[in-house]
Amino acid sequence: MIPDAILRVEHLTMRFGGLVAVHDLSFAARRGEITALIGPNGAGKTTVFNCITGFYKPTEGRIALNRGGPSLWNELDALTASSVRSRKGPGGSLYLLERMSDYLVTMDARVARTFQNIRLFRGMTVLENLLVAQHNKLMIASGFTLFGILGLPVYARAESAAIERAAAWLEKIGLIDRADDPAGDLPYGAQRRLEIARAMCTDPVLLCLDEPAAGLNPRESTELNELLLSIRDETDTSVLLIEHDMSVVMQISDHVVVLDYGVKISDGSREDVRNDPKVIAAYLGVEEDEVEAVASEVGL
Amino acid sequence: MTAPSPASEPRTDVARALKHAAIAGLVSFGMLLPLIGFRTIQDMRNELVLETRPLLLASFVLLTIAGSLLVSLVLVPWKQRRAAAHIPGESVRRAHWRAHVAKWLVPFALGFVVLYPVIVLLGTGFGGAVKWIDNFGIQILIYVMLGWGLNIVVGLAGLLDLGYVAFYAVGAYSYALLAKEFGLSFWILLPLAGTLSAFWGILLGFPVLRLRGDYLAIVTLAFGEIIRLILINWVDFTGGYAGVSGIPRPTFFGIPFNANDDGFAAVFGLEFTPLYRTIFLYYVILGLALLTAFVTVRLRRLPVGRAWEALREDEIACRSLGLNTTNTKLTAFAMGAMFGGFAGSFFAARQGFISPESFTFMESAIILAIVVLGGMGSMIGVAIAAVAMIGGTEIMRELEFLKLIFGQDFEPTQYRMLLFGLAMVLIMIWKPRGLISTREPSAFLKERKTVAATFVEEGRG
Ligand SMILES: Nc1ncnc2c1ncn2[C@@H]1O[C@H](COP(=O)(O)OP(=O)(O)OP(=O)(O)O)[C@@H](O)[C@H]1O
Ligand SMILES: [Mg+2]
Repeated sequence: MIPDAILRVEHLTMRFGGLVAVHDLSFAARRGEITALIGPNGAGKTTVFNCITGFYKPTEGRIALNRGGPSLWNELDALTASSVRSRKGPGGSLYLLERMSDYLVTMDARVARTFQNIRLFRGMTVLENLLVAQHNKLMIASGFTLFGILGLPVYARAESAAIERAAAWLEKIGLIDRADDPAGDLPYGAQRRLEIARAMCTDPVLLCLDEPAAGLNPRESTELNELLLSIRDETDTSVLLIEHDMSVVMQISDHVVVLDYGVKISDGSREDVRNDPKVIAAYLGVEEDEVEAVASEVGL
Repeated sequence: MTAPSPASEPRTDVARALKHAAIAGLVSFGMLLPLIGFRTIQDMRNELVLETRPLLLASFVLLTIAGSLLVSLVLVPWKQRRAAAHIPGESVRRAHWRAHVAKWLVPFALGFVVLYPVIVLLGTGFGGAVKWIDNFGIQILIYVMLGWGLNIVVGLAGLLDLGYVAFYAVGAYSYALLAKEFGLSFWILLPLAGTLSAFWGILLGFPVLRLRGDYLAIVTLAFGEIIRLILINWVDFTGGYAGVSGIPRPTFFGIPFNANDDGFAAVFGLEFTPLYRTIFLYYVILGLALLTAFVTVRLRRLPVGRAWEALREDEIACRSLGLNTTNTKLTAFAMGAMFGGFAGSFFAARQGFISPESFTFMESAIILAIVVLGGMGSMIGVAIAAVAMIGGTEIMRELEFLKLIFGQDFEPTQYRMLLFGLAMVLIMIWKPRGLISTREPSAFLKERKTVAATFVEEGRG
């Protein structure tokens, strides 16, 4: 087991009626790294995300998030045996995500996500999208609306700080000039970047991105790579990434997990995975012993 | 400059227009034959006889045909011509003009409503003033307030609520029963009635949290009916069909509005007239409506308000950002219900008598129609729609000449639903998203740009 993991997924199984979308999956994501989750269509990648972020309740298995040092992992079994969903202490906090509902995963455990089909608030401006992401912080500053209604300066200060933070992110993703335009009016690539910035505005320790490069042109794809690397290097956020685009995966991920039909078939560094015959077989859609024949046929 | 090519010249197809008109005439004939063509009346011997009204029927059918011809021969070509003759800079000029109007509209309207009783007094003198202030001023303001309250739930949070009248009823009965039972004053009971309504709003909120769209609409409709049936059937408590009468009227800081020696007129050395109470009530409801507006405008710029709108846009995205959507929905229901409750207790205090008759589904439908017509989420639009719809029905009462056309026993107010229907159809053709469908952002970095209607979700929750 990886000691400095931020996230541990253990024996995760998700069934929809008779369909087993994810079967006995275990992997870990290291703190401060970009971990990629790849696999062919229908492999169960989005389902894993939905389990991690509390949108689905897994049929079986444990999903644990560590916001503290490696030693905190020693308390995982004690936490599992208890009936509570998190343990907060001086050494950091440990969360069992499968026990938490969707909004708590973001609010308490600080796991943020984006969606495979972009889900922006299209009728709200770019800036407003980033302000909604800072809702919980602003809600407290507005005294749960009371101070805000009375117009106390304490809320006004918090709001301008939130706008400043939003502006910093807009600067970073190159959308500062479009801050006051409706999010639905942005080009596709900009919407993808905005969705990432919006997720980052929730102050996550783990950012889960579902196919962020889908539909991007090569230039936008390169910009995305830079954005993700800067998130990894300049913030305290670790990244978990679903991606189809191999160029993105191979350029930026530190660690790759490969799924096929809901089962993990490979797990390791990008070189390991690239040369793993099982992975090649899965992507070509053939049996493992046929790989060489097919590969030479198509000229790989 | 090139001459316009013949192809771009819009053609008016007379044959098609005639065909459309004929079909419209046929449909209206079929529909109106049982509705208008026949009527049962009791004759001298108390027998029910069938009366036929061919002339009235014919006039309605001809009106439909004329309307259809007007649309296809005049209106549509005119629109096409305008679309064809695209003037550069036109849209910018119109946007400027609209911004200009919007800037002046609100202060002007505010000044007008504040001075309205004075204007009426100058216009009609003491005699007719009560009618104008009460039927137009107070009546319209009640609906403006109800519209603004429902606008929080439907327009901002995107939760379709067909049972809003229930909260109006809770507010009205809370005031009526508590005031009669304990003799508490209006100003103490007003917040209490609002709180009780908000409580019922939360109570309704819980079971419908998981419902969206049509299902939510049906359950809220049922909730409205349940409240009404309770009011009818719990006779010991609510008086059943007979309602509650003799509800204490609000006083002017403890001074009642009556003809006694300690009444308002006597204390201030004025001659007694019911007008003073009417004017006082006018300013009370104006204050309540402005409070609603003020609070809603403030809330929209606070995290709660932004969360309501985000909920309307995309609930799943909200949850992924750590918003507690349960609380967000419940606060929207509670806020909307609270303003409904305020309006309800004012209504009870103004009428002095309430019964379940006043809280039928039709009321909910009218309030919702006002919100939809005005443009969901737009407070100015809702206010304009309330003025047009409620003012319109009140004006119909005044149109004496209609009796000359349709006969002495013609009761124009019975046709107010027809007016609502007509207005709805026209607005849905002309502006499918209501009078004001654009959205004002709640915060901005450099400049406040209005969000075009096409981007704004209407909410499926
Ligand atoms: N809510 C659901 N109900 C029933 N079946 C589901 C549900 N969600 C996913 N599935 C099924 O689970 C399997 C895995 O789906 P999932 O969306 O996780 O795949 P994916 O790896 O994200 O694929 P893609 O690359 O196409 O996004 C699919 O067969 C899918 O039909
Ligand atoms: Mg997917």
